[in-house]
Amino acid sequence: MALLEVKDLRTSFKTEDGIVKAVDGVSFTVEKGQTLGIVGESGSGKSVTCLTIMGLNAKRTTMSSGEALWKGKDLLRAKSSELRKIRGDEMSMIFQDPMTSLNPVHTIGKQLVEAVQLHRDVTVRVAKARALELLKAVGIPKAEGRIDDYPHQFSGGMRQRVMIAMALINDPDLLIADEPTTALDVTTQAQILNLMKRLQEDFGSAIIMITHDLGVVAETADDVVVMYAAKVVEHAKVHDLFNRPQHPYTWGLMGSLPRLETDTERLVQIPGQPPSLLRPPSGCRFHPRCPYVMGVCRTTEPKLLATERDPSHLQACHLDQETKDREANKLIESTMAEVG
Amino acid sequence: MATEQGSNGQMELHGDELLVVDGVKKYFPITRGIIFQKAIAQVQAVDGVSFSINPGETLGIVGESGCGKSTLARCIVRLLDTTAGRIMFEGRDITNVSRVAMRPIRREMTMIFQDPYASLNPRKRVGFIIGEPLEVHKLGTPAEVKRRVQELLEVVGLNPEHYNRFPHEFSGGQRQRIGVARALAVNPKLIVCDEPVSALDVSVQAQILNLLKDLQDDFGLTYIFIAHDLNVVRHISDRVMVMYLGQVSEVADRDTLYREPKHPYTGALLSAVPIPNPERGRAREAIVLEGDVPSPVNPPSGCRFHPRCPRFVEGHCDVEEPELFPFGNGHVAKCFYPLERWPMTAEEMRRRGTARAQEEPVQA
Repeated sequence: MALLEVKDLRTSFKTEDGIVKAVDGVSFTVEKGQTLGIVGESGSGKSVTCLTIMGLNAKRTTMSSGEALWKGKDLLRAKSSELRKIRGDEMSMIFQDPMTSLNPVHTIGKQLVEAVQLHRDVTVRVAKARALELLKAVGIPKAEGRIDDYPHQFSGGMRQRVMIAMALINDPDLLIADEPTTALDVTTQAQILNLMKRLQEDFGSAIIMITHDLGVVAETADDVVVMYAAKVVEHAKVHDLFNRPQHPYTWGLMGSLPRLETDTERLVQIPGQPPSLLRPPSGCRFHPRCPYVMGVCRTTEPKLLATERDPSHLQACHLDQETKDREANKLIESTMAEVG
Repeated sequence: MATEQGSNGQMELHGDELLVVDGVKKYFPITRGIIFQKAIAQVQAVDGVSFSINPGETLGIVGESGCGKSTLARCIVRLLDTTAGRIMFEGRDITNVSRVAMRPIRREMTMIFQDPYASLNPRKRVGFIIGEPLEVHKLGTPAEVKRRVQELLEVVGLNPEHYNRFPHEFSGGQRQRIGVARALAVNPKLIVCDEPVSALDVSVQAQILNLLKDLQDDFGLTYIFIAHDLNVVRHISDRVMVMYLGQVSEVADRDTLYREPKHPYTGALLSAVPIPNPERGRAREAIVLEGDVPSPVNPPSGCRFHPRCPRFVEGHCDVEEPELFPFGNGHVAKCFYPLERWPMTAEEMRRRGTARAQEEPVQA
């Protein structure tokens, strides 16, 4: 049994302007010890997918359907009290912004101890020892001296480490990391990604890595889900996605990336803007921006189907296989060309 | 420091540079006391930076947050006064000119800001926002301004009909286009771009980068392009300057810097960038720097990078400050133990560094 199995997840929000379908039929599974990358631009629904799984959306304005089976138990239909038991214990989350996700009026030690005592019946002393152990594990120098410091006394990278320590303190089976390194510098990003990789090896947790950075996905994920306008457009093993991308949106994302290792005079740009989810385009949601658009794309929504040669590689596009292979090869060749 | 840098080739001027920055320092005082404020320390945000830019060139400036790149940009366009050093624009010293004398110069250099959400006045219409610089400099009648604004909207790829809209009616990428149009309005020679694409999604980022390149070709613009993303800087720049803790650590033309970095910090930065290719990305070994950027209030002695440097040599790097050593062709790096080749593994970087140190301290 998969650790987490998400089936046809749909989430919509009531707003003044109407109903926004932020997640529209998303399915994936996460196995023990695996890393799933979810890539997409802002507003593609990648964060909302995970907030829905965790039950963290505002109840009054949110409607969700589908299933999110956690070890066989549907989280969408679980009671709040049950969810509270799972969250922070079996499943935890690292948020994007380390500056605002820690409580500024409590010491980090107190916040870490709270996280332990919510789920374990232990004394403060034991909890604090555990907190110290984690702070050391995430590489905070002189952890003994810093456990009673307040969040403002830490730098951004250090705060993100505290967040990771807090997320890992109860040995979760699944860690959801929502853009964990976006607010950080490249050098700090490298430190944090290394740390997550090492902790995954030590603790055997599964990770869902939400990011807009294809580089981060390439270096960390086993499986990748590409989202566009609330839907999954491609889902594949990381090597297949980067070597045989099948969807024009994925090609656009890869082509629009300035790269260190190759020379390109002009970047491939995806024209236009991501669509509004209040009134998503008809047919394939990418069709207004797609350079390969055909008549059928405007009227019929493509299904997420396996490619002919690989049942694990799913994609949602009407283009024929021959064109896809040709375009994917062209893209790979142009981005693989070495400098000099 | 400025004179030392001047003597080693980096500041050899040929007279027709657009901008010359010579030993610029910017210190911010940290004060204590309410009525009698006295400075108890200084943040050395920019500490002796020198470089020059030729017309039509793009200089990329990279560095981690807090390295002083934005402060430097603000000093150049005189949004901040410098503590020491000189800034020459078209051969004219503008370091201490008055606000009134500065005004005509502001037409020659403009700025594009990082956050397209915060840098446009939400209560003003787009036409006013873009036309405001023209009004300030009294360039044209209202009808001419309107025509010019519509022309600019078209140049940056927006619909000229959207003249009367408010900023909130535009997406992030479109807002950044408005920022670009405003910077272009007065026909400047130099545009200082402070992280212009870091708040944008990748697909939109590519649109803005392509736009900036096209505008440069069409109008012969000169850019100072500040970013923390090394991929973006590589894409747009002719020359790249790497900053660390308020100082220049390496300058070279783009291909040289990315192919043969000399400074260990540049090497570490390059190897920390995730590569969007699973095979290649996971095969190479990243040189992960330990710790954070030290505080610019009390920077480390000697070479400022020494506490994090894999090539650190005790008794040398922490005592003596390296100058910007030349490597030919305008390539300079502030390091006693520069990298021999690239790419290197972390292990090689460390070993070579110490091996050389055993031979060299006598000479050094």
